[in-house]
Amino acid sequence: MLKRLTALLILCCTPALAVDEQVVLGLSQDRVAITATFDGSEILIFGAVKRETPIPSGPPLEVIVAVAGPSSPVMVRRKERRLGIWVNTDSVLVDLAPSFYAVATSAPLDDILSDTEDLRYRISIERAIRSVGAAMHIRGAQDFADAVIRIREDEGLYSIRENTVAVDEQTLFRTSIEMPADLTEGDYRARIFLTRGKEVISQFETTIDVRKVGLERFLFNMSRQQPVWYGLMSLVIAIAAGWGASTAFRLLREN
Amino acid sequence: MQIYLPIAEVSVNAFLLLGLGGMVGILSGMFGVGGGFLMTPLLFFIGIPPAVAVATEANQIVASSFSGVLAHFRRRTVDLRMGTVLLTGGLIGAALGVVVFNYLKSLGQVDLLVTLCYVVFLGVVGSLMFIESLNALRKSKKGGGAPAARRQRGWVHAMPFKMRFRTSGLYISVIPPMLVGLCVGVLSAIMGVGGGFIMVPAMIYLLGMPTKVVVGTSLFQIIFVTAFTTMLHATTNYTVDIVLAVLLLVGGVVGAQIGTVIGSRMPAEQLRVLLAALVLVVCGKLALDLLIEPSELFSLGSEGGH
Repeated sequence: MLKRLTALLILCCTPALAVDEQVVLGLSQDRVAITATFDGSEILIFGAVKRETPIPSGPPLEVIVAVAGPSSPVMVRRKERRLGIWVNTDSVLVDLAPSFYAVATSAPLDDILSDTEDLRYRISIERAIRSVGAAMHIRGAQDFADAVIRIREDEGLYSIRENTVAVDEQTLFRTSIEMPADLTEGDYRARIFLTRGKEVISQFETTIDVRKVGLERFLFNMSRQQPVWYGLMSLVIAIAAGWGASTAFRLLREN
Repeated sequence: MQIYLPIAEVSVNAFLLLGLGGMVGILSGMFGVGGGFLMTPLLFFIGIPPAVAVATEANQIVASSFSGVLAHFRRRTVDLRMGTVLLTGGLIGAALGVVVFNYLKSLGQVDLLVTLCYVVFLGVVGSLMFIESLNALRKSKKGGGAPAARRQRGWVHAMPFKMRFRTSGLYISVIPPMLVGLCVGVLSAIMGVGGGFIMVPAMIYLLGMPTKVVVGTSLFQIIFVTAFTTMLHATTNYTVDIVLAVLLLVGGVVGAQIGTVIGSRMPAEQLRVLLAALVLVVCGKLALDLLIEPSELFSLGSEGGH
């Protein structure tokens, strides 16, 4: 099947001038619905390489898949011992850090991507975080960016998984990206890069829509748009629950 | 069973939350404290963002306090008049406390000050109660159970605007209870708790109220102060998570009922020793966090948040 598809792809491509190799992509789902019982999700990302010429000789084709959640500024604070207790002293604002970032590659990242290409496309986790404004007067400003990565890796929000993209015949590829239960809403950017000899030769981008649905959507919208009613509703529920339990227990004891 | 919280944006185990609510509810019913000083740090621990934990906890305290106070109403151990005076001070204090809180937030050290507040107040209150109630226990064992009648003398009696509080059997000025309410209101807004653990000892030792009345009266005024706080958080920070609140309060209200039964069957002195020990344990834990080098020196926050 795979071989036939490969052959078909190659046949389709008339011998042309361009050396271009392009990504044709499929996603198992292009939206993630966060319901009340949402417990993480796994997205299958698969695709094929469309090319106008025979497979070039030389270094093999490698694939990198990067999925990034919505970015926002992050305030990073460092604790130091002052007067015997540990308090927040220095802080650095990391300009933009994605709330979720997963990279899957077909080989160790350093072997298939050069530093300059990484710098240009911001693929590795270190590059995906932008902290141009890091204050110069604070010693070890890089420690702060590293801390963001370390903390979010521990929480399962950032991950790099090398050798998890399967590539067949330099044409078909597939991988799966696991998304944790603690997702924030937004447009998740999925980028696919094809590299040869550490150079990016083609890239493709699509978005995965992560949205709260149903009750989650309703409550979230209400808390933002009707905060007074939302607050009152919370209080009414609280009072009703308190009264309900009290009455139930009295009845239980009387009988 | 995992459940996704719409405002906190985290997924947690529903039974864990029910259990936490139940445990804290039992303590709340036994001692007449809202339980916020226990629940809020526990929520941080299971990964709820602090802002959401503080706001939602206020809502949950409304439920467990309401459940508890109904039981006390039936036993006629709520001093409504005293509660109203305390509440007046409390609401003014809470409004002041929010102003102070926002000022500290702009300084960027609100976490430290909140923790220090906890350590200092829990430490002082816990130690005083512990010593006092141990002495009382010893006396009641030795002296054949004639508790020393505590009469408030001096400054409390010298003040104007005296009022008769029949349920408490007191005839004192309204200024001390008003001030107690005000201070507790300020602290509860800053620390994100109902303030029962400060209110209860203040009523016993400063105002000289009988222990049996103290618990119900404290719960009574906590309902209103925390309801006020919930509304403030819901309308300004949008941090009240109703799903989290429902899970906590289902456990909480049931726990509070059980706690009230246990509390009414235990001698007041023993109840106070237990509460004091509990307060000291929480205080010790928080103090250790300040003193021991944390395993992760860095912490993440959103811009402008704390």
